[in-house]
Amino acid sequence: MADTPLLQVEDLAVHFRLPLPVAERAMGRRPKVLKAVDGVSFAIGKGVTLSVVGESGCGKSTVARLIAGLYRPTRGRVAIDGHDVTAARDRTRAIRRRLTMIFQDPQASLNPRWRVRDIIAEPIRAFGIAGDARETSRQVDGLLEQVGLAGADGEKYPHEFSGGQRQRISIARALASKPDLILCDEPTSALDVSVQAQILNLMRDLQDELGLTYLFISHDLAVVHHMSDRIAVMYLGRFVEVAEAAALFAAPQHPYTRLLLETIPDLGMTKRDREAVAGEVPSPIDPPGGCAFHPRCPHADERCRTERPDLRPSQSGAGGGAVACHAVEEGRLPPAPSGEAADG
Amino acid sequence: MTAGPANGAASGTAPGTAGRLLGALHRGADSDLAYSFRRNPVVVTAAIVTLLYFFGAAFADWLAPHTPFDPSTLSLGDAEKPPAWIEGGDWSYVLGTDNQGRDIFSTILYGSRLSLIVGFSAVIFSVVLGVGLGITAGYFGGWYESTVMRAADVQLTLPSILVALMVDGVARAIFAGTDIKTDATFAIYVLIFAIGISAWPQYARVVRSATLVEKSKDYVAAARVIGIPSWRIMLRHVLPNTMGPVLVIGTIDLALAVITEATLSFLGVGIPPTQPSLGTLIRVGQEFLFSGQWWITLFPALALVLLVLAVNLLGDWLRDALNPKLR
Amino acid sequence: MNGGAARALLDVRDLKVGLPTRRGPLAILNGVDLHVKEGEVLGVVGESGAGKSITGLAVIGLLEPPARIDGGEVWFDGARIDGLSGDELRRIRGARIGVIFQDPLTSLNPLYTIGFQLTETIRTHMDLGADAAEKRAVELLDEVGIPAAASRLNAYPHEFSGGMRQRVVIALALCANPRLIIADEPTTALDVSIQAQIIGVLKRLCREHGTAVMLITHDMGVIAETADRVAVMYAGRVIEDGTVAEVVRNASHPYSHGLMGSIPTIGARIGRLPQIRGAMPRVGAVPAGCAFAPRCPDVRDLCRAERPVMMDGKATSAACWQYSPRWSDAAAATGGAAADG
Repeated sequence: MADTPLLQVEDLAVHFRLPLPVAERAMGRRPKVLKAVDGVSFAIGKGVTLSVVGESGCGKSTVARLIAGLYRPTRGRVAIDGHDVTAARDRTRAIRRRLTMIFQDPQASLNPRWRVRDIIAEPIRAFGIAGDARETSRQVDGLLEQVGLAGADGEKYPHEFSGGQRQRISIARALASKPDLILCDEPTSALDVSVQAQILNLMRDLQDELGLTYLFISHDLAVVHHMSDRIAVMYLGRFVEVAEAAALFAAPQHPYTRLLLETIPDLGMTKRDREAVAGEVPSPIDPPGGCAFHPRCPHADERCRTERPDLRPSQSGAGGGAVACHAVEEGRLPPAPSGEAADG
Repeated sequence: MTAGPANGAASGTAPGTAGRLLGALHRGADSDLAYSFRRNPVVVTAAIVTLLYFFGAAFADWLAPHTPFDPSTLSLGDAEKPPAWIEGGDWSYVLGTDNQGRDIFSTILYGSRLSLIVGFSAVIFSVVLGVGLGITAGYFGGWYESTVMRAADVQLTLPSILVALMVDGVARAIFAGTDIKTDATFAIYVLIFAIGISAWPQYARVVRSATLVEKSKDYVAAARVIGIPSWRIMLRHVLPNTMGPVLVIGTIDLALAVITEATLSFLGVGIPPTQPSLGTLIRVGQEFLFSGQWWITLFPALALVLLVLAVNLLGDWLRDALNPKLR
Repeated sequence: MNGGAARALLDVRDLKVGLPTRRGPLAILNGVDLHVKEGEVLGVVGESGAGKSITGLAVIGLLEPPARIDGGEVWFDGARIDGLSGDELRRIRGARIGVIFQDPLTSLNPLYTIGFQLTETIRTHMDLGADAAEKRAVELLDEVGIPAAASRLNAYPHEFSGGMRQRVVIALALCANPRLIIADEPTTALDVSIQAQIIGVLKRLCREHGTAVMLITHDMGVIAETADRVAVMYAGRVIEDGTVAEVVRNASHPYSHGLMGSIPTIGARIGRLPQIRGAMPRVGAVPAGCAFAPRCPDVRDLCRAERPVMMDGKATSAACWQYSPRWSDAAAATGGAAADG
């Protein structure tokens, strides 16, 4: 079907039970539960980039890892091109081939004992994509060139490359199984800016060339702004706002989104005093009741403290935006400081 | 650390097998390990001594001037000859002879061979057992991990020589009544098992913690995402990255295993005198210590000390050289 | 000296740091020149491996052996400090130069309360009694924005969140009213919303106390909104030095220019980010001549042959031959820059 999204996620959640010391377990205390992801729903169409943005500990990386099958979800459903892959046994080889992942740390995501050639060939061999060794080798050369490296680089070991080049190797591996969807978990956070620009450009070129779909996880709003079609803002395990990229930056609805936009250090704002927002992200082990953001929110009222807002389509946000905020729903939020950040 | 522009260095060389081999050799000779080796005369000496032992053990049949365990070549007339440089010595028996006229130098060569065979086999046995249990425990976790690691803890509370003695005794008791021959060969197998089983916990512990570290790295996640089976991830991804410390412990353990073998043999539960190891030679010889034939026990003992010292020095150096924190 | 009436509080001249190895000394810093004036915030920016943190450590004598200063001079407040003994340097650190590191956890001793660590530092560097020191500690915590400061004196570092810990570290650095604070990536370990708070505190306090700051970071955004002046580092040298606005909008050196361009901004959404090809040379593999030559879009043979010194560029000074009278005579490069990944 034409309108089946490539990736569909419904009410996805994972709760980790934190280990308790034996003494406390003996006293009958129940282990604490970390709700890393607590009910997240979204869909990504083919060829689109959806970014999930949020501060550390908000659960954005866990979302990617859940979709990759690295954790078993506590509840919810993940479907790829209409096939339910929530249970591990439903992840057939044909499905696994279509989804790969790029990781944050280029140092740790490549096995230091393997030659680059073998690292990139691993998915080709695992999925039996190439007929024989010569074809495998030809494909590896092609992938290396596709990401801007030379075929001869395949003979080297990861430590012989710089961080940016290692991330290119990671991308080559991710492309090896000819996937449709690439889960990008902070792919440029460990890189220097000039190298980051190279990698971001490469990723966009590859997307145009191969029609790739990206789920892009990042804490850097400027990078997200550059890369995404749609953006989901995450706070303490839940999405608080989802919108088209342009709409989100032009007219942020949720107070947390506004806070994030306000705090971006930006080159254009020389010597500006950033609006420092009080408070810090609370621990996800004991999140505040009601709206998790209410302790930091200047607009919180009694309802916010007691009732958790759901993600609802926003009236003002153009292009299918959705916000989880009582104040927005009730219309008691001042209009967004629009335009300031997103003109030009 | 490799210096040089990250790109283009390899693009000039032909990547064939020969080129690869040359490259690896060059890297090896140029590595930090090789450098720290060359710079350290004590370690070089220890390595030469160890190699000499291996060489002597491997070619004992050709190197030994006499075949001490062939009764037809022995003559009691040659018995209890002192070393060659002492009054009454004979240069064809450099280190003298024992009470049955066996050449001490030759028995040391053959004895070292046996000691090294037992030591090596025991180390390999405990490495296979310990690494296998450690890597699966670290990778799978849960009750399996707890069981394995508690078993390791329990065994570590017992001195390894005691474990070896117990295993040795139990094995002998079990097989005594059966028709399996309890000859020297059998004793060797029992020894290997007894010494090997006493050393696995340290490998299991080290490999388990290394596995926990490696397992959390994203290259393992990358392999899991494409559906590589667990056993393959453990074997091809995790195992090679945990072998550094195993090599170190294994080397030091070889020295320990040789000592344990010697101790057991000295206590008389090891290898019988018909085919003596170094430990057996020392035990047999010490009966003659007070009657003046000191060489029968002293030379095998010196040989044992030298071997263990050399291997231990190698192990210590390896531990320091492979530990980035100490550099 | 690059003009300015204010006297240089910190003056680093041709600083060289090397690491002896068995293949000969590795040059980590190849002659760093920079200065910080009284009350000024100097941003030192560069990519990882450019030598910015090493510069900071070398200035305060905290280089980890076997790395060592191989040449050059460090002047602080009119006195040369690079040859001082450990004790003398320790007296300067804390009392006259405060230090803030990236990870607040490593700067605080987990075994002692915040109050103890603050009063200890205050009494080491100032002639105060126990009560006066405690009073000052409370004042400091109050200044850095820790709520209910007096009641938090008995808390241990682990009882604070990351942002609060960094505030305590700032309080510690300010204890003895230093003239200069060296802040090495003070916000890198923090979330963006906390970053803004910490930068705000740092800026406000330095303005109020007239403390000069050498702010070392890879984050141009932080520099842009904090610093008065920027020194851009590349491969162990300062290659551009100018006011923050000029460096951001009108950089003279092609590297700084490319660096600023490659930063994604939310101001404008463009198809491709301008990028600098290649990567910074590794330590020990810095080419002769200009270190940026292999990546430079406008390289000439002169650049490969000779290392440029700082010259007056557009509005800043930059180590680039194109601002030299010799530039027009220099032949365009043969072959152009190597195009690598």
